[in-house]
Amino acid sequence: MLKDVTLGQYFPGETSVHKLDPRTKLVLVIVYIVALFLAKGAASYALVAACLLAVIGISKIHLKVIVKSLKPLLLIIVLTALLNLFYGSGEPLVQFWIFKITKQGIENAVFMVLRIALLVAGTFMLTYTTSPIALTDGLESLLGPLKKLGAPVHELAMMMCIALRFIPTLIEETDKIMSAQKARGADFESGNLISRARALIPILVPLFISAFRRADELATAMECRCYHGGDGRTKLHELRYARRDWTAYILGACMLAGVIVLRQFGL
Amino acid sequence: MEPVLEIKNLSHVYGVDTPFEHVALDNVSLSVGRGEFVGLIGHTGSGKSTLIQHMNGLLKPMSGQVLFEGQDVWQNAKLTRQLRFHVGLVFQYPEYQLFEETVFQDIAFGPKNMGLSEQEIRARVLRAAGFVGITDKELEKSPFDLSGGQKRRAAIAGVIAMEPDVLILDEPTAGLDPAGRESILENIRAYQAAQGASVIMVSHSMEEIASNVDRLLVMNDSHLVMDATPQEVFAHPEELVRMGLAVPKVTQVLLRLRALGVDVPASAFTVEQAEKLLLPLVKGGSAVC
Repeated sequence: MLKDVTLGQYFPGETSVHKLDPRTKLVLVIVYIVALFLAKGAASYALVAACLLAVIGISKIHLKVIVKSLKPLLLIIVLTALLNLFYGSGEPLVQFWIFKITKQGIENAVFMVLRIALLVAGTFMLTYTTSPIALTDGLESLLGPLKKLGAPVHELAMMMCIALRFIPTLIEETDKIMSAQKARGADFESGNLISRARALIPILVPLFISAFRRADELATAMECRCYHGGDGRTKLHELRYARRDWTAYILGACMLAGVIVLRQFGL
Repeated sequence: MEPVLEIKNLSHVYGVDTPFEHVALDNVSLSVGRGEFVGLIGHTGSGKSTLIQHMNGLLKPMSGQVLFEGQDVWQNAKLTRQLRFHVGLVFQYPEYQLFEETVFQDIAFGPKNMGLSEQEIRARVLRAAGFVGITDKELEKSPFDLSGGQKRRAAIAGVIAMEPDVLILDEPTAGLDPAGRESILENIRAYQAAQGASVIMVSHSMEEIASNVDRLLVMNDSHLVMDATPQEVFAHPEELVRMGLAVPKVTQVLLRLRALGVDVPASAFTVEQAEKLLLPLVKGGSAVC
């Protein structure tokens, strides 16, 4: 149920993946996504997947957790697979009525599914192993140059941090309200679409009220601590690159280079 | 006493296969008799909330059974839903679940879900409002315009309106002022007396527990460690303190008196009982101090 939603959740740990500088992780996720979109054949996909598996292995995050986080995307994955399956060009292998399945179609379908799954799993690894605060620090530091152009980088980073921080809280809250309404006999599982949508009102109204209350309280708490935006704000923990960060950058570059080379050979 | 609700060898684990795996209940067995007022205490995270959510079928046992009037409540889905009308659960801070336009409609939410007639719903809402002291005028107000205490009362009425045989309350008086606390407890006792219902109350106030319950359950680290009368439970102050709990203030006074060498039985846990024990000593004029 709702407990299974792990989006934006952070699993604390002490592994090298957890300890990497958040800037490194952010850049490497971008490198990873670029590599994934450059990948063309089985060999390059295998390389990208192997890198992801290695990172998952080092981070000691259970593979089950990753698979679970892909579950909500099942519908999109299946749809993509079907669309690609029937829209391939070339010699049809099987044909009936207006549908035809080609070798290229099958290939496309498999690769598209792989691409979505790897993309989502890879980006989830970022939030699983990086605390929201570290993530914000990293983003702020990476986007720092934009400050000179007048972009409110600190404010954006803070907003993102708060949003990420509140996802699990709101999920928990939703769960609690759902249980409370179920205890009064609310039924969310049966009935047609309209009655099911109606059944959401007893959850949504209290949820919105509590979200506003929380926002209000948080704003007050921030004011009490004299928060006034990013100007002149210093940090308790300055971000500093360590040796493992350079190692990670080099490995990331190797992966990207590997994919580009394999691509040249059409693999 | 005839048992209404029985729990047999119940265990529950949260977050199986994640780094957050946590055993919340470990082999808990108990039974609740008809018309009994049972208290449930335990430190934060001891498994109280998990236990009470099993009692009305919100959580499914991972192993063990929950029986209502002798029937396993997970036999079929219909029975599980019916159970929620027989075992009413009032969550912590229930006022956060209010959502309707008027207090009346909000209290009517439960009875409506039971599929009762318009007339019966009206009668039940008025009865429930009566138990908790909500006036006719307040019934027509928006629940969000009520004061904190009245909101709490309205939310409790929302569960009482289903007229459950067992009423479970998770810290019903948390965050209220002393007058509000006492009056909510009175409301609960009024409901219990009028319906012959059983009540299970979770509380962190030993005084509240001492002056209300017939029987006391103590949870510690996902185990049910004590199941006895308040008198028997509060006779083990050291053990309770070790579990992050305490004995009522009056009992502490008596224990301290005893430590100072005054010959009093430390078996009182309400002010009234202590008065009876101590008054003769003072009147007798013997060398107490």
